[in-house]
Parts: sequence; structure tokens; C-alpha cells
Amino acid sequence: MNYASDPGITLAYIVSAVLFILALRGLSSPVTSRRGNQLGMAGMVIAILATLAHPGMMLGGVGLIIVAVAIGGTVGAVVAKRIQMTALPQLVAAFHSLVGLAAVFVAAAALNAPQSFGIGTPGHLRLESLIEMSIGLAIGAVTFTGSIIAFAKLQALMKGTPITFKGQHYLNLAIGILILVLVIAFVASGGSQTLFWLIALAALALGFLLIIPIGGADMPVVVSMLNSYSGWAAAGIGFTISNYALIITGALVGSSGAILSYIMCKGMNRSIINVLLGGFGTDSGAGGPAATMGDKTVKSGSAEDAAFIMSNASKVIIVPGYGMAVAQAQHAVREMADLLKAEGVEVKYAIHPVAGRMPGHMNVLLAEANVPYDEVFELETINNEFSTADVVYVIGANDVTNPAAKTNSASPIYGMPILEVDKAKTVLFVKRSMASGYAGVDNELFFRDNTMMLFGDAKKMTEEIAQSLGK
Amino acid sequence: MTPAELAGQAAALAHKASILAQNAAGFAAQEAARGPHGAPLIDLFAVFVMAVFVGYYVIWSVTPALHSPLMAVTNAISSVIIVGAMLAAGLHGDFAAHAFGFLAIMLVSVNIFGGFMVTARMLSMFRKKTK
Repeated sequence: MNYASDPGITLAYIVSAVLFILALRGLSSPVTSRRGNQLGMAGMVIAILATLAHPGMMLGGVGLIIVAVAIGGTVGAVVAKRIQMTALPQLVAAFHSLVGLAAVFVAAAALNAPQSFGIGTPGHLRLESLIEMSIGLAIGAVTFTGSIIAFAKLQALMKGTPITFKGQHYLNLAIGILILVLVIAFVASGGSQTLFWLIALAALALGFLLIIPIGGADMPVVVSMLNSYSGWAAAGIGFTISNYALIITGALVGSSGAILSYIMCKGMNRSIINVLLGGFGTDSGAGGPAATMGDKTVKSGSAEDAAFIMSNASKVIIVPGYGMAVAQAQHAVREMADLLKAEGVEVKYAIHPVAGRMPGHMNVLLAEANVPYDEVFELETINNEFSTADVVYVIGANDVTNPAAKTNSASPIYGMPILEVDKAKTVLFVKRSMASGYAGVDNELFFRDNTMMLFGDAKKMTEEIAQSLGK
Repeated sequence: MTPAELAGQAAALAHKASILAQNAAGFAAQEAARGPHGAPLIDLFAVFVMAVFVGYYVIWSVTPALHSPLMAVTNAISSVIIVGAMLAAGLHGDFAAHAFGFLAIMLVSVNIFGGFMVTARMLSMFRKKTK
């Protein structure tokens, strides 16, 4: 009477896993992506129906399931409908935390009712199931608190600056070893409830401590990494309950998050270890205002000046960064671009891999503002076009344009791939003040002759430029 | 065919049958040793390793422009952990198992609906130039 021994049900799980793979495959192009997402939904429905077909499913249990799905589903649907696209990173972090906590709960349920999963009887669980269960539990708990902290930082409930203290890494290491010891004791005990919850507590603390030292702008890496963890946690639970759909999906999600973390790290020329140890950008602002730069002067201009320069250009490249998201300026940017195009100016967008707070953040914001995706280019594609551009409009980005990454080997951002905006004839920088970027490094671009600073709120400034263009 | 030959053949067959039965018993014992799920850990592990590789190649083919929807949809599909939660809530078990199952279903349902819907919302915004 075990569900996995029913070939029909197992087959259904395999079908749903294949549909999930196709869902991810669809994302290779925006054209196929929507169909991919539908296949993913179909996969989920099949997995759920297959589980309902389990011969031991009780009527009351089905009722319980329906109520739980109705409550959770309603919350999820409302959130998905209402969420602003600028708030996506924190939404994704919140979603990761839910998968983490769910993994903890499923592990707890498996400990309490092992017979439901065919892994033994209470107090007498199979050895390998106990190991698998504790892996799912520990990763799930780390994912949960880690994602909560990431959410709090992204939502600005917590300061984005890294929180560091002496001996932090040793403390984390000690907790890691403690978890390992507890897991061994838990497995040896044959499934002690006390040890189970001690593992959970230690892992919850570890998740919290791992993320607090990581600063706001490193969040793209953190969010991708937690994405990866949530996958491994799901795979761990998949092993515990011998379910192919879970194991395959967990592996897909785990490697997806790992690859995204890798891409993000490469975008900053930093190792994943360096990011995880945290503390980067702690002395941001130390680079200070322009006053400390002594004799260097900055040329600043008005919206009218910017409008004049851009309307006389034949090619303008727009470089958006996190500041555009904060100011919600994406719609204003698109309106400005439309007016420029109406005057016969060629407009393109250049996206740095780590722009924003999650992978692909800028692309979604521009898409939201109805910017066609074939006007938006990645760093490698567009970098050699800056030399042919008359104007680059940098809005809310800073470090990713800093030539110091190529020229100054002492700079903390040295080696980071940058958008070579300095090659354009004129660079327009929309910035609120002269404060340095996240990495705490001054940007020499600000002081160049062909740079014009546009001081002000990104959205307001862009709207004013659009107004002058419209005249 | 003499009765003696027939008896001899019957005996040979009976011997073969007993060997087969012994083999079958051996296999059954092996199956039982694997636990009620039938799939030994190493098989599950093989599937896992293959899936990691499939994931590796599929994810690298995802266009960077769609990395945000990728995160949202991987989030939604990792909620297939609902399978475990449903077994906990729906099968015969103690109160704790039902309660944990119920809570877990509620949490991942937020993800399933929220994840797929927000992905769909994002993807619907990606449009080509209209000329």
C-alpha cells in the first residue's frame, strides 16, 4: 500500500518533473517563456493530483488539504496581483523563506508520522531517512531565517549596511560544527524529537548570522544563493520521502540558484566566499563628498541642458541602476526615450549583470514601462557601442560605470567588468548628490570634461528632461 | 516416452522450479531490504545527479533578461514540496503530523499561486518592438 510502488503515480511524478524542466527551458527566450510558465503550472497540478490519488488518502485529510490550499493560494494570488515590480526582490526573498519553513514542517511531519512516508515507525526510523531528513531540515531552516533577513534588508525594515562583529566567522563555524554533531546524535538516537528541534534552532540561528554581514548591494548574490538553498532543501525532503518529482525539481532549482550566484559574483569580479564573508562596502561614504577631492571640479547642468544635448544626438544609450528602481523612474525614462525617438534619435539600454537587487531586475522594470526587450542589451553585447554613442544617460547607477575598475588596481572594485560609458562623447549622470557609490569608491567620471552631472531625484529629473524635449 | 522418462523430466522441471523459487525469494528479500519504497537510495541519488546536470545546461540557456522570472518560477516549482506536506496531512497519522502538514501546505500554496502568477505577470510585460 505504498504510493511510490504504484507505477501510475510514480509516472505522474516523472511527467510533472519533465514539465518543470520544459518550464525552465522556455525561459531561453521571451517568446517561448509564457508557454513554459503554463507547462510549469500543469506540472504542479499533475503532482498534486497524483498525490491525491494515493490509496491511503483519507476524506478528512483531503478536506484539510483543500482548506490549506485555499488559504495559502488566496494570499499568494493577492500578493502576486498587487506587488509592485520594484518590490520584486523582497517578494522573491519572502517566497524563499516560505519554502524553507515548509521544508522544516515536512521534516517534522515525517518524524511524527514516518509510516505515512514509508520510512519506519515513530521512534524507529530508517537510518538513511534520518540523514536525509536532517539535511532537508537544516537547509530549510537556514533558508528560512536567511531569507527573512534578506527580505528585511530589501524592504528597508533593516539597514542595508553590513552588520559585523569580532569573531563572527568563528561563531558561524562553531554553529556549523554544532549542527553536524547534533545531526550525528539525532541519527544515532533513531529520531529524537528534542535533537530534531535543537538542529532546527541551531540552523535558524545560522541562517540569521550568515546574512546579517552582507550588504544591500550584494543582495543579488544572496537572493540567488537562497534560491539555490531552497532547492537543495526540497531535494533533501525528496530523498526522505523517495519522491522523484521533488528530487528532480530540487536539483533543478538548486543548480539554477547556484549558477545565478556565480553569474552575479562574476559581474562583480568577486568570489562567492568573499561575498558570503560579507562586510563589503562597510565604509561607504568614506570616499566622501566632492569637497575631499580637493581641486577637482564638477560640471553640473539642468534638465534643459540635458534635453538640448540629447535632442542633438544621433545615438543615446541609457544605463539604468538600482537608483532608477528606488525612484520608480522607469516610466519617466521610457517617456523620455519615446520623445527622443520621435526626434529621430536612436535609443538603446545597457544593463550591467548586477544592476539592481536581483538578477534581471532592470529588465523587468523596463519591460514594465513598455520598453521593447529588443532595445535592451547586456554588457557584453553593448560595450563596444559606447564609442559610437553621442550621449550616455546614467540613471541610478554608479560603480558599474567606474573606470577605476579597469585602471586602479588599488580600488576595491578593480577587475569588475564595467559598462564603458567613458567612451561616449558625453556622459550625463543623474545623481542625488556627490556621495560615492556602494563600494565607497569615488567615480573619476564625475570630474571629466565630457561629463555633466544632473543633480536631483532620478524620476523628477527625467520628467523635466522629457518636458523640455516635448516643447 | 516411457513413464520413467516422464518422471525424470518432471523431476528435472521440479528442480528448476525450486531454483527459480529460491531466486525469487532472494529477490523479494532484497526488495524488502530496500524498504517499502522500492527505490534504493543509490537510484534516487543517480536521478538527483542527472537532474543537477540537466539543470546546469537548461539554466545556462536562459537569457539573462529573464533571470528575474527564472527566480520566481524556480520558486514556484520548488513548492512541489507540497507533495510531502499533502501526505503528512492527508494520510492516517497523529495530530502533530497533520498539523505540520497543514501548515506546510498553507505556506507553499502561497508560493505556488504567488510564484506562477507573478512570473506570468512579469513575462506578459516582455514585448517586442511594435513597428
